[in-house]
Amino acid sequence: MANGENVKKSSSGSWKNLIRNQCFIPIAALLLLAVFNLIADPSFFKITLGYNSAGDPVLSGFIINIINNGSELAILAIGMTLVTAASGGQDISVGAAIAIAGSVILRVLCGGNARPETLQAPIIVAFLVACVVAMLFGAFNGVLVAYFKIQPMIATLILYTAGRSIAAWINNNELPVISDPKFAYFGGFIPGIPIPTPCFIAIACMIVIGIVLKVTNLRLYTQAVGINQSSSKLNGLNPELIKVMAFVILGLCVAVAGLIKVSRVSSINYSVIAKDIEMDAILAVALGGNALSGGKFSMAASIIGAFVIQFLTTTLYKFGVPATALPAYKAVVVILLVIVSAPTVREYFDTMMKKMKLKKEVA
Amino acid sequence: MAKTDKNTAPAGKGLSAKLMGMTDTNLLLTITVIVFFLMYICAVAFLRGGFLKPQTFFLILNSNAALIILACGMSLVMITGGIDISVGGVTALVSMCCAVYLDYKGGNVFGAILIALAIGLAFGAIQGLMVAYLDIQPFIVTLAGMFFAKGMTTVVNSSPFNVANEAFVALKTTRINVPGLGSVNKKGIFVPAYVEIGVLVAILIVIVMFVLLRWTKLGRNFYAVGGNKQSALMLGINVKRTKFLSHLICGLLAGIGGFVYFLHVGSGSPSNAAGAEMDAIASSIIGGTMLTGGVGNVVGTFFGVLSLSTIQNIVSSIGFDEAWWTGITKAAMLCLFLLVQSVVMSVRKKRNSAG
Repeated sequence: MANGENVKKSSSGSWKNLIRNQCFIPIAALLLLAVFNLIADPSFFKITLGYNSAGDPVLSGFIINIINNGSELAILAIGMTLVTAASGGQDISVGAAIAIAGSVILRVLCGGNARPETLQAPIIVAFLVACVVAMLFGAFNGVLVAYFKIQPMIATLILYTAGRSIAAWINNNELPVISDPKFAYFGGFIPGIPIPTPCFIAIACMIVIGIVLKVTNLRLYTQAVGINQSSSKLNGLNPELIKVMAFVILGLCVAVAGLIKVSRVSSINYSVIAKDIEMDAILAVALGGNALSGGKFSMAASIIGAFVIQFLTTTLYKFGVPATALPAYKAVVVILLVIVSAPTVREYFDTMMKKMKLKKEVA
Repeated sequence: MAKTDKNTAPAGKGLSAKLMGMTDTNLLLTITVIVFFLMYICAVAFLRGGFLKPQTFFLILNSNAALIILACGMSLVMITGGIDISVGGVTALVSMCCAVYLDYKGGNVFGAILIALAIGLAFGAIQGLMVAYLDIQPFIVTLAGMFFAKGMTTVVNSSPFNVANEAFVALKTTRINVPGLGSVNKKGIFVPAYVEIGVLVAILIVIVMFVLLRWTKLGRNFYAVGGNKQSALMLGINVKRTKFLSHLICGLLAGIGGFVYFLHVGSGSPSNAAGAEMDAIASSIIGGTMLTGGVGNVVGTFFGVLSLSTIQNIVSSIGFDEAWWTGITKAAMLCLFLLVQSVVMSVRKKRNSAG
């Protein structure tokens, strides 16, 4: 506060820095949506403490909804950002991979019986098996991309086509239902804690990736591979391995998201679960201002981007837009955002600003 | 491996020398065509049953006419180095708009065709503008396009319904007999094989696109821009306009494909053409088009669609007819072709650089 004058003096400079910051556009979009909701209906921000059928305290409200439902998307955005940065392409199979991971979890928990009385295996074992399976599928994608030099979108098209079929095949096309209430904790509430569990899982994932990026060389290596693969090789990196690793990390994210998804309903619907989530995850990365052609990335911007998308979805639902028509509105917003952040458009505005400044100086 | 190959190459068999001399496009096309014919001949030889009847082949054509048209547009965009994943959405939107126009508004078929073309052109033009002139990634632009088209489909009408318009139904049920082909049914009556109108449209479009890509200046430009944007620019090609045109043509073909699809299913439904964009991409790849741009051929795409559909027929007639086998088969086929392409291309690259 003491050097307020200084801040004022350099305000034009810091303003520019702010705009240049990668987090600016997603945060601005988030604020814009918040202000819009505040004007349209202030009750949007109301959070109430109620009790669910089991008599446990539960927070509810649109904001809680957004944070709750945005968790999976935020977790996926972490992995998708790494894949985008390292390989310069996107993984379109995450939705199908979530179906596989969820199916594996249910298969292990049920042990082949569609309506088990008790869990056939501890939940942690089921989750670990799902992690291994999802990471293997991630490695499959990664090997196709890194060693066979197939474009990521096309390589993951294979799993996109097969994934839901494989998921159905794992459970013999049955729809297992888990009756154990403990399993529902991961996608619902832990008794006594009023905040939905997915929030904690998402925050845990963010902390882990934050520490990993801070402590290890993952960020540096990933960006190096994404910016220039051959020069990173000359510098002693193994670009192929790093690409595979990015896909494996995404696989881990997929397994976590899959656990939340199946836990929410304690069952699975192979053709509907996590439908179109890959598109949302890619949009989150794009909204975060990350170049889809790879290279530098900002993890925070991607995660904020994920919540922007969830915010938008919830807002549209609130205004009574039917679920099937939702994509149309989303598309319009996305297009606007993408146009605003397009380099050519930005350049155009920059030159306009400069011209105006020149005119002012002349005057 | 590569070393021994290199050593034996100069001694050279005629075939391998010929293969080496081919352009990437022709080599991949040859692989696709050979695989398709092998597959079909094996099916006829071992499965007999339905595959002996010519109509089985024409049924595949009938049900995939729209996909052929969509995949042609997709190949064009991919050759230019882009991608268009909105074609499935546009197909759904076109079929819904035409259905509503014909049934609820009492329109005529000619008007419906105009609507289809207009929707396709509008999508192509807007997406093309954004990709070419605003320099936004084609993946994101067309992703938004797909979202928009799918959403608008349910805004136009949210429940599926069949079209009862007389002129349309007459057009839909028109069957064109294929001269000289047919099979004798159980009663001993000769049933000629037939195709629907959509198939004629599809074949016409394959021919037009083939001619466009092979013998016109514009067609050459598409390959040049996809192969190397920088050198295309230096050659004096208007890269932006070429990119714009590729998306415009793809949009137009999506409109036509949408109408052909509508003509085949005869109903408007939000779930129409679900996943068609991915099928179109897969067919293009199986047909030898590379996403990196500059390589591809619509004839290959045509065979790509047929291969994809034939393998599904084969798998289900072997007895794997549970629903999930379709997805797994398609994926396995795609995987196989991608690996073959990747290996072939890297071997060629090594040899070329070795001399």
